[in-house]
Amino acid sequence: MSNVGIVIVSHSPLVAEGTADMVRQMVGDEVPLAWCGGNGHGGLGTSVEAIMGAIEKAWSEAGVAILVDLGGAETNSEMAVEMIGEPRAQKIIVCNAPIVEGAVMAATEASGGASLKEVVATAHELSPS
Amino acid sequence: MAALDLARLITAAADTIAAHAEELTALDQAIGDGDHGLNMKRGFEAVRAEAQAFSAKPLPEALKAIGTKLVMTVGGASGPLFGTLFLALGKEISATPDRANLTAAFGKAIEAVGARGKSQVGQKTMLDVLQPAYEALVAGKSAAEIADIADRAADATVPMKALRGRASFLGDRSIGHMDAGGRSVALLVRTIGETLEGQP
Repeated sequence: MSNVGIVIVSHSPLVAEGTADMVRQMVGDEVPLAWCGGNGHGGLGTSVEAIMGAIEKAWSEAGVAILVDLGGAETNSEMAVEMIGEPRAQKIIVCNAPIVEGAVMAATEASGGASLKEVVATAHELSPS
Repeated sequence: MAALDLARLITAAADTIAAHAEELTALDQAIGDGDHGLNMKRGFEAVRAEAQAFSAKPLPEALKAIGTKLVMTVGGASGPLFGTLFLALGKEISATPDRANLTAAFGKAIEAVGARGKSQVGQKTMLDVLQPAYEALVAGKSAAEIADIADRAADATVPMKALRGRASFLGDRSIGHMDAGGRSVALLVRTIGETLEGQP
């Protein structure tokens, strides 16, 4: 698929999966989509390994936009991007946006074939600067 | 500096973290999400399990492997932060470091941790212990002096207001508690210093 992919990273697997459900229902299947949540040991948190897996799953040559919830999700997502490394890392952006609204808006933009830059800009419009 | 026995360092660090896991978790329960001790213990036990394989590598590669292992196993926000510390140390250190090279590499590694956490000194984080320890290393202090300085720096996080990490959500209520990440750094600084100097 040539549309930008969306990755949802929450401390809670339930929040991540629920957000992905909303994207699927409101936007459809035209966007590569993956989610992860939880620390990998049954608790709340995020896992670099799981985030790397989700990026692989939602990978698109057009790039991947990541939506995160709290601070650790952002730090772990940035670490995951760095570990995936270039040349793909430059096509992966961690968005500064509320996770649910950001995922739905970014996926909507992506489903129309927008570039990674446009998808990320749409998500960022939701954040008070 | 004596020849670096990495396997012994790993064992000593993992022992220290295991011995203090409950204390670290208690600190984190006060103002964080209460998993720091458990997370650090999980990570350092994973490193301990591969101590022989890691110590067979040249020092830069070994430190990078330790950093990667910590990123993958510690979890929470501490995983990327402590992992980045070791990854960046590995990038900057030479295979046979003298004190000057170690000091320079440690300085770069602290910068990398600051960039990873988008944080700086004074925000009640591990940087508030790393930076004084680095400055003591630059000033030529002994391992015992550096360890004491790190302990005092961890104590000095108590009256600080958290501006980064989960504790920052608490605002003024974060005042009066020691930063768990800072305490972990102080523990590791003492253990590494004592092990390098061949003391018990």
